[in-house]
Amino acid sequence: MKTTYRNAVHDAIADAMRADPTVVLMGEDVAAYGGTYAASKGLLEEFGPKRILDTPLSELGFVGIGVGAAMNGLRPIVEVMTVNFSLLALDQIVNTAAPLRHMSGGQFSVPLVIRMATGAGRQLAAQHSHSLENWYAHIPGITVLAPATVADAYGMLTTALREPDPVVIFEHVGLYNTSAEVDTLAPTDIRRAALRRNGSDATIIAYGGCVPKALDAAGQLAAAGIECDVIDLRVLRPLDDATIMESVARTHRVVVVDEAWHTGSLAGEISARIVEQAFYELDAPIGRVCTVEVPIPYAKHLEDAALPQADKIVAAVRALFGDRTGTATR
Amino acid sequence: MTDGALAGELLTDMIRIRRMEEKCAEMYSAGKIRGFLHLYVGEEAVAAGSLRVLGPEDAVLATYREHAHALMRGVPMTTIMAEMFGKQEGCSGGRGGSMHLFDAQRRFYGGNAIVAGGIPTAAGLAFADAQLNRNRISACYFGEGATAEGAFHETMNMAELWQLPVLFCCENNRYAMGTTIDHELSQPDLVAKARAYRVPAASADGMDVMACHDVMARAVEHIRTKGGPFFIEFQTYRFRPHSMFDPELYRDKDEVAKWREHDPIRVFTEKCISDGVVTAEDVAAMERAAAAEVDEAVAFAEAGTFESLETLTANVMAPESVS
Repeated sequence: MKTTYRNAVHDAIADAMRADPTVVLMGEDVAAYGGTYAASKGLLEEFGPKRILDTPLSELGFVGIGVGAAMNGLRPIVEVMTVNFSLLALDQIVNTAAPLRHMSGGQFSVPLVIRMATGAGRQLAAQHSHSLENWYAHIPGITVLAPATVADAYGMLTTALREPDPVVIFEHVGLYNTSAEVDTLAPTDIRRAALRRNGSDATIIAYGGCVPKALDAAGQLAAAGIECDVIDLRVLRPLDDATIMESVARTHRVVVVDEAWHTGSLAGEISARIVEQAFYELDAPIGRVCTVEVPIPYAKHLEDAALPQADKIVAAVRALFGDRTGTATR
Repeated sequence: MTDGALAGELLTDMIRIRRMEEKCAEMYSAGKIRGFLHLYVGEEAVAAGSLRVLGPEDAVLATYREHAHALMRGVPMTTIMAEMFGKQEGCSGGRGGSMHLFDAQRRFYGGNAIVAGGIPTAAGLAFADAQLNRNRISACYFGEGATAEGAFHETMNMAELWQLPVLFCCENNRYAMGTTIDHELSQPDLVAKARAYRVPAASADGMDVMACHDVMARAVEHIRTKGGPFFIEFQTYRFRPHSMFDPELYRDKDEVAKWREHDPIRVFTEKCISDGVVTAEDVAAMERAAAAEVDEAVAFAEAGTFESLETLTANVMAPESVS
């Protein structure tokens, strides 16, 4: 059965709500409108306005209400329309939800799931295109997920709803329309990275919206005789070092792809971990393909040029073998 | 309970709070307590008068000036003091300190050091109660400074819109750290501010413990019978600096002296004695009991132990994980 990423998110929410009466969904335009990205279309009709709640435009307020509700017997799913708007809610996520278990000496937990759209590629310009996953991955006390496949869109959200602590899920806007043949959707683990393609010559590490680009690049490289491992990180906190180091120990060459800007990116963190844990396995410097250090431009050709693309990934992998043609400057 | 018995208990509680806070200042000077320390001296009537109105099923959230709220909620003074000493016997295991007192058993949700940070959380607790058809109240204490924060306005709007049983308890002590209310709020009439969101509201003399008790009783009754939120302004004053780091450059001593004439403990003591509700000997006995409780708390905190470094990363996430 062919299923879209959007439907997988929708079904994960619907199945959770059927199974557990304490699950509620709240966010801007999730009810009557059906969700900005249509992930909650039809849920209002099935579950009613008590469990599918349109909120005012008050990200700080309704994320905070989600925090309190999670501490008091509900299993809220809070949708923040985009990661850009989540900056208005950062205080409740970073200062309350994340440290509450710790600063209360383990007395309280916040079993809250926060979903948000992330990423660029739709000409939405500088205030609707951020990839700030790394901001959240920096924070102890929360789990950060970036499902890149249809199966994970369903499975990771389903598992997240069983976690005792806050989980932030990033859904890349470029993925909602992607589809896959899936027999049954099922819960998936939310601790490990996944090897999406096997190859012994180099490792490409990516997450979220960059995973299809990495697979595209790996296909092009295979045609040219370079076989790549493609690791889909899936889980941005905690990072699955073991899967990364196992691959690096086989391929000895790495490119990390990240839609965030280079500076302070997860790609930088991953590179540091590889240097710390597998430096002597490396046969070439680690390559990074990140977003050019510019706010995301509106014009399509400029936006495309700013973002990681398959051709940039191909060039970066080739550079690991001494072929510098096609590599871009930052 | 007769009024006399209630008055005696209110006076007892205010004295317990004051003596605890004074001991905290002493322990800070002695280096036993570190970090930020915000004391409640002058504001005792608010916590002592209002918190006893709530039941054990209700929830309470407070600010970083929350020692009194924890104590009035029933958290033992021993574990409060041990927390400030950083001992693992403290009510937050030594991980929170003065600004993060917690007690799940007593539904005391902290201790929040972000101004207005607890307000949305309180509405969330109330949201869950409404959703699950529980007749409980979530009371959130915050200062007038918090009413300038977006979290306050967003939450007031949603609390009324969704008719959440949340009780907003605004302790207006006239200063956001060192900024006076006239310098920080375009609309310093806090009741008017609440009513702008159609939230029922009342104001009370926060230096009068009986007034604090009565307004709280009215608000609690309103929420329990009619549902929805309620907002109370307690007009109060802190006698001591904002924190132990505050040199108090922003107000003169005359102003503090003038407010000290309204010292809630002294005024209420005199009233109770002149009304014949308590005797001077009763008050002396209250003081002796408070002193003994404080001594016991300090001894407990001193005898407490520091957590082993081996568990440094405990309680970041739940130990059990489904995945």
